Amino acid sequence: MTVREIFETLDYGPAPEAADVAEAWLERHGRRFGHFVGGRFTEARDTFPTHHPGDGSELAQVSQGSDADVDAAVQAARAALPRWQALGGHGRARHLYALARHVQKHARLLAVLESLDNGKPIRETRDLDVPLVARHFYHHAGWAQLLEKEFPGYEAVGVCGQVIPWNFPLLMLAWKVAPALAAGNTVVLKPAEFTPLTALAFAELAQEVGLPEGVLNVVTGDGRTGAALVAHEGLDKVAFTGSTEVGRVIRRETAGRELKLSLELGGKSPFIVFEDADLDSAVEGVVDAIWFNQGQVCCAGSRLLVQESVAARMEAKLRERMENLREGPSLDKSIDIGAIIAPVQLEKITRLVEEGKASGATCFQPSWAAPKEGWYFPPTLFTNVSPAATIAQEEIFGPVVVSLTFRTPAEAVELANDTRYGLAASVWTENVNLALDVAPQLKAGVVWVNSTNLFDAAAGFGGYRESGFGREGGREGMYEYLRPAYERKLPYYDEAELAAPAAAAALGAGEAPRGDDPPLNRTAKVYLAGTQRRPDADYSYPVLSPSGERVGEAPLSNRKDVRDAVEAALKSDRWARMTAHARAQVVYYVAENLSLRAPEFEERIRRMTGVSRRQAAREVRTSVERLFTYAAYADKYDGQVHPTPFRNVTLAMNEPYDVLGVVCPDEAPLLAFVSLTFPALAMGTRVVAVPSSRWPLAATDLYQVLDTSDLPAGALSILPGVRDELAQVLARHDGVEALWYFGSAEGSAMVERESAGNLKATWVNHGRKRDWYDPEQGEGREFLRRAVRVKNIWVPYGE
Amino acid sequence: MSVRTEEWREAAGPAPSGALPRNEGTELILDWVQAARVNRSAVERRAATLTTRRSVKKQWQAAWLLKAITLIDLTTLAGDDTPGRVRRLCAKALNPVREDLLEALGVADLGITVGAVCVYHEMVPVAVQALRGSGVPVAAVSTGFPAGLSPFPTRVEEIVRSVSAGAAEIDVVISRRLALTHDWQGLYEELRSFREACGEAHMKVILATGELGTLRNVYRASLVAMMAGADFIKTSTGKESVNATLPVSLTMVRAIREYHERTGQAVGFKPAGGLRTAKDAMAWMILMREELGRRWLEPDLLRFGASSLLADIERQLEHHVTGRYSAFHRHPLG
Repeated sequence: MTVREIFETLDYGPAPEAADVAEAWLERHGRRFGHFVGGRFTEARDTFPTHHPGDGSELAQVSQGSDADVDAAVQAARAALPRWQALGGHGRARHLYALARHVQKHARLLAVLESLDNGKPIRETRDLDVPLVARHFYHHAGWAQLLEKEFPGYEAVGVCGQVIPWNFPLLMLAWKVAPALAAGNTVVLKPAEFTPLTALAFAELAQEVGLPEGVLNVVTGDGRTGAALVAHEGLDKVAFTGSTEVGRVIRRETAGRELKLSLELGGKSPFIVFEDADLDSAVEGVVDAIWFNQGQVCCAGSRLLVQESVAARMEAKLRERMENLREGPSLDKSIDIGAIIAPVQLEKITRLVEEGKASGATCFQPSWAAPKEGWYFPPTLFTNVSPAATIAQEEIFGPVVVSLTFRTPAEAVELANDTRYGLAASVWTENVNLALDVAPQLKAGVVWVNSTNLFDAAAGFGGYRESGFGREGGREGMYEYLRPAYERKLPYYDEAELAAPAAAAALGAGEAPRGDDPPLNRTAKVYLAGTQRRPDADYSYPVLSPSGERVGEAPLSNRKDVRDAVEAALKSDRWARMTAHARAQVVYYVAENLSLRAPEFEERIRRMTGVSRRQAAREVRTSVERLFTYAAYADKYDGQVHPTPFRNVTLAMNEPYDVLGVVCPDEAPLLAFVSLTFPALAMGTRVVAVPSSRWPLAATDLYQVLDTSDLPAGALSILPGVRDELAQVLARHDGVEALWYFGSAEGSAMVERESAGNLKATWVNHGRKRDWYDPEQGEGREFLRRAVRVKNIWVPYGE
Repeated sequence: MSVRTEEWREAAGPAPSGALPRNEGTELILDWVQAARVNRSAVERRAATLTTRRSVKKQWQAAWLLKAITLIDLTTLAGDDTPGRVRRLCAKALNPVREDLLEALGVADLGITVGAVCVYHEMVPVAVQALRGSGVPVAAVSTGFPAGLSPFPTRVEEIVRSVSAGAAEIDVVISRRLALTHDWQGLYEELRSFREACGEAHMKVILATGELGTLRNVYRASLVAMMAGADFIKTSTGKESVNATLPVSLTMVRAIREYHERTGQAVGFKPAGGLRTAKDAMAWMILMREELGRRWLEPDLLRFGASSLLADIERQLEHHVTGRYSAFHRHPLG
């Protein structure tokens, strides 16, 4: 076109980013890549192609990682661990700093390569992905430097297997690798089959800056390679970002292996527009929410919820805006939307959109045509969508947004939370009261006020519900790669200590209580919704002392009691709504009342467990002290304001779970019970607890203490019974969001496996026994951290 | 009331032609003014990424820059302006680009001139004389420019005099106090009087956004100015400490869009002050194309208030033609 012609049309014209340097890099490697293991690239073997989604052309051949490749990589990582840890925080900080610097030096190469391999616009890789990668390494160089000071008592987990997705290939690498290395772990990373190139380029950068051999290993391949990595016995930690479906498989696969797991999974994130929002800005928000990275974003704002009074205007503005979007070759600097990653995804998106149309929803696509070459899908808006429609429920992972309306803030929250997922949410209003009222009510790990898709290394990212658990970024993210140093040193229970209580029908088991003056017969019940009631099945089981004396009977709770307890907890959020100060008062009161009745509890513990009088007194005294600890923490274990790099406050709030299941060990029946239930209660989390199976009567004696201490109904339910039976019911209950289990190794494995259903966050002991009297093992911030989840609320400000 | 804008928003196609009817304004619709919502952080984010989302290169860039020249209100507003200085400026306005460059670009016959010459009232006759027959209008800053604090009758009288001296466009300043105290009725009436005084001359309303405090005020003042019959709304006098910025411009442009959507009347936009480089001009043109569409890239709907912008554009055009980086002294002074 001539200047003269363009003078009339004022078209943008093509503005291609040159790919010559990236192409030369590929050529230099003969467009064939092996794995990166032990600091060296292996020979390419058993290769498969990786494509440019913009035109389907092949970029390079990469190797399909075999079990042997995975094994070699894990061994290299294991071998590298001692030296890497011996380097200390500062030594590792220097390496991470070098990686950050090197990423910046080669920023454009990485951006172009990413855009080629993934098909996303060069603008995004250039302005977002790669700068965030560098930022992530800088930030975590800092954590490496400060590790010993900031995380005393914690140690690196060990060898980490990390499996990352194709939507942000290099950024997800950074999110995984940076904290792992900062904490002193070594890594085997499996990049996505569709997008392996930037991980390989990054490996080369690591080689260039002299990262010690074996600290970072990259094994490429498809899902089979990922499965082989996750299944490898040599791992101490698995981190996965990807679909909820695969996350579930990994949860089951890794159950009982005593490894740490973090999962960052799918989403169907709400984008809520209230009537007083700046609608033009909200429209741009939608663009950034759902047409960023072709909508292939786990936290994409894919459910647009608009207040009915402005819905028509909002939708009209949106349709007009969609006409202005530009879709095309990823390396063109003037496009908004690139190609979909692969034909299989394109088919899935197409199918779901067809389903949406068939469901009767109104489908709008702009009048311009998407490019025919390559794997493109046009931006799509569905209106007149019912919440029950598939397109409103299922993650489409494409440039498709569905729009629903609401009438009131309460209804907005209800609709927003009407999903199995809970990754992110966006709230648009000019009313700060409304924004800060709604944000905490949303079941999502990240809430963006008047903004969307903001990320930073200093702020944690991660989900609620079936969007997974664990956080990436910030202090909260570092914990995913650390564990208390004492944990690995804890001994295992021996068989006898784990013996299940006598079966329900064991009428007459044990010896009758001795003595001429029989004690008054007492009936322990289940404690549920603030009342004592008989267990659903009306069975009891004998509680025997070590010498075989029957010291009483305990009710045998069953699955229906669990159901009712969870129901009771969900029904009353009074405990969660109470102020931290008020909760502290209640916990202090429990301590006071327990202290008043100390002799009675000492006697109970002594007779039940056979410990000495002194030991029994110590257990009660320590329990009172522990209650004080958590009463004290109630208003002190507070969140943070993360210093993310622009004008906003990023509030990292510690939010209670709605319902936490707690399954207690047998020993120290009062102290362990108090140690496990009260950190959660102090945080406002409602608890359904299974006390010591063998010696539940210390917990059942607590009912009266609780009743006299103003603990609201539903805050704590206590269900005596057979530990692993009840643990299984809790693990399989979709209303229970988190579950702690302290029992056998098998029970721990079962809890982890069965929790895959709704991906509840679990904390299990893997059959290890801790010393409840030891303040390091028995109380403290680790318990509190497990009792809450961190929600990051981003609040930009400025009038 | 509502007019669809799609027909103006086609990606390609011939330049829109045909004069638009003038904005006659509306009554003052206070509900509308008060309902305005502008989220500063979100506006800043959009403004920051507008120019990273679009890139115009090679002959496209040359063509856009040529178009940018036609949008310039070539301005001199200095206390030491003299007839000689103004005549020189007018000569530059009529021949903004070296002939050899225009020929190399294949546009020598398009008769490219700047959009207007903008001066103080005293210089209007000189400029009118210098531009006679060229079709390039003379714009006069008026109404007690830049502070707008002279007596109201004087300000109105100033408009009348400039118009009778031959100014075809009048750049008026608003009384900032009316916007700052949210006396929208007062502002509306003030501007209605100005518009009446303008008669056939087009009225550009300078909001002095750098003195309005918040983007929400900018949006509201924009709406009131359009309701009062502004042909253009303009960011700044060039004399405030903060002049045209992209976030402020985005806010005003969105107000223009909404006004157009609701009334069907098209109002122009003039960023002024601080636009010095070809890159700046491209940024504002991208803003207009993205937010309002192709039609708003014509001189009847977009002007750049600038004095040194042209010199930088000339250098960029020479670079396009020769592949060499140019120097200011290779282009005749304005």
